[in-house]
Amino acid sequence: MEMTMLCYLLPSLFMFCCGVYGFITRKNMIAILISLELMLNAVDINFVVFNRYLFPGNMEGMFFTLFAIAIAAAETALAIAIIINIFRVASDIDVREINKMKF
Amino acid sequence: MDYSQFLAMKQEIGLLVVFLLVFLYDTFMPKKALNATAGFTCVIFAVFTALSFFCLGSTGNETAFSGMYVTGPVMAAIKNILNVGVLIVLIQAMRWTDSEFQIMRRGEFYELLLVTLFGMYLMISARHFLLFVIGLESASLPLAAMVAFDKKHYESHEAAVKYLLTAVFSSAIFMMGLSFVYGLSGSLYFYDIYAALGAQNSTMVVVAIAFVISGVGFKLSLVPFHLWTADVYQGAPTSVTSYLSVISKGAAAFAFLVILVQVFGQFYAKVWEWMLYALIVLTITIGNLFAIRQRNMKRFLAFSSISQAGYIMLGVIAMNETGLASMMYYILVYIFSNLAAFGVIGAIENATGKLDMTDYNGLHKTNPRLSFAMMLAMFSLAGIPPFAGFFSKFFIFTGALQQGTTAIYVLVLIALINTIISLYYYLLVVKAMFINTEEECVIPTFRSACSERLGLWISVAGILCLGVVSCFYNYLLNLANSSSLFSAL
Repeated sequence: MEMTMLCYLLPSLFMFCCGVYGFITRKNMIAILISLELMLNAVDINFVVFNRYLFPGNMEGMFFTLFAIAIAAAETALAIAIIINIFRVASDIDVREINKMKF
Repeated sequence: MDYSQFLAMKQEIGLLVVFLLVFLYDTFMPKKALNATAGFTCVIFAVFTALSFFCLGSTGNETAFSGMYVTGPVMAAIKNILNVGVLIVLIQAMRWTDSEFQIMRRGEFYELLLVTLFGMYLMISARHFLLFVIGLESASLPLAAMVAFDKKHYESHEAAVKYLLTAVFSSAIFMMGLSFVYGLSGSLYFYDIYAALGAQNSTMVVVAIAFVISGVGFKLSLVPFHLWTADVYQGAPTSVTSYLSVISKGAAAFAFLVILVQVFGQFYAKVWEWMLYALIVLTITIGNLFAIRQRNMKRFLAFSSISQAGYIMLGVIAMNETGLASMMYYILVYIFSNLAAFGVIGAIENATGKLDMTDYNGLHKTNPRLSFAMMLAMFSLAGIPPFAGFFSKFFIFTGALQQGTTAIYVLVLIALINTIISLYYYLLVVKAMFINTEEECVIPTFRSACSERLGLWISVAGILCLGVVSCFYNYLLNLANSSSLFSAL
């Protein structure tokens, strides 16, 4: 079977939606972080697929993906550092407990 | 490779030099000299601000890296405006960074702040989405670390995690929109996308624009992407809050205008005018209504800054030179008024730790000068003549009305009605300070630090002068009229 662009775009869209769903429903902050990674990686797949199938002449999408991966890594490192700090103070990383400030 | 193109990035290089100097000073100076870190940073940043205003400005548009980076008089002007704001923030932060708990890490605070400013410079000058995303991220990631700076306070961490998770979420959505744009146009250069999208009429464009708007709308805290704002503003250290509320917002507003005009300009009437229309109405109204019920001063200013962002967006929806000039002027005035308010709040917080609006009852009797500065800030934010806030609102309404459609007239009417609503809650603070004097004031008389007074003096001078002295607005209007930002249309 020939692999068309859709074979890649649909899974990536599914990944993105899973990420959004997980971001909204998950209670553990690490799980939320994983959901965010899903979203960012879905974006990367999109860029690579568009580049490979539609514009094979230039490499812009690939380069964007490389930078996006680096940015995602930086985000994760920072988020984990802050989550560890919260864990030290509150001994818990459940988002339902992170509610000292509201309204 | 032609290295001379780096010369176009004069202001960025200047900022980088400032950053390196602060970094080297913080790393290698003997311990005794470190007490002067804050003063050192302020002085060299002041020198840089003056240099970049008088020497580093460019007369025409200069590009680098085959059009990825563009600078010109307008871009230089908005960077100078941000510089002035950052200088005030630095001066106001001096006392806080020299306090007992921050003394170990004060160098890092200034370094992180300068890095985020560098990211904002890139956002403003980027004409390629890769550079823009790098700028956006280097403007928002170190800010999360700055929000978490108050290690002793749990609220600071809570604010940081809320900020970071929502920031990453919105930038993921933004990049998803970008990937659609890339798929439709095959390029990430703004002008290539503009040319490629012109021929198309697909619904994917609408989806892409919606995603991009929601991504940048988060940075600007437009309703309905505003939910992080109040919590982050409340939890973050006051200096960081003031930085977030003015500088980060000003840079994002300008970058938003550039993207909407230069990338999606031809879809103005068809698509994003209406998206932005709805966002502005929601932002101004909801920001105002929620501000009424706030009792914590920082949360109160958070909602006030949400509604101010809606007014700034009026300059974007205008889509003309007057709109651009009045938006830059609005950002400038907003920097001075909001920093005056945050300066007073910070001074009181540093001296007594009080942040509640009821604590301000009768402040006039114990600290007349601070309450006077606060009153001027509130009047300016509410838009009472003859303070600067009135003129900035006036010009931004004028700019929007030049668009001339009935819908825009209705929009400006809604904004005007909201100005009246906003008067109520801004004057609540003034009432607390000057009229609610029957009880004993919980804030004793204190003498604020020299740096705090200097910051307040600059802000108050800005509030009093910017509106009455017309050369500021004329200068910005001339720059906007001679710019080629809209000429591609």
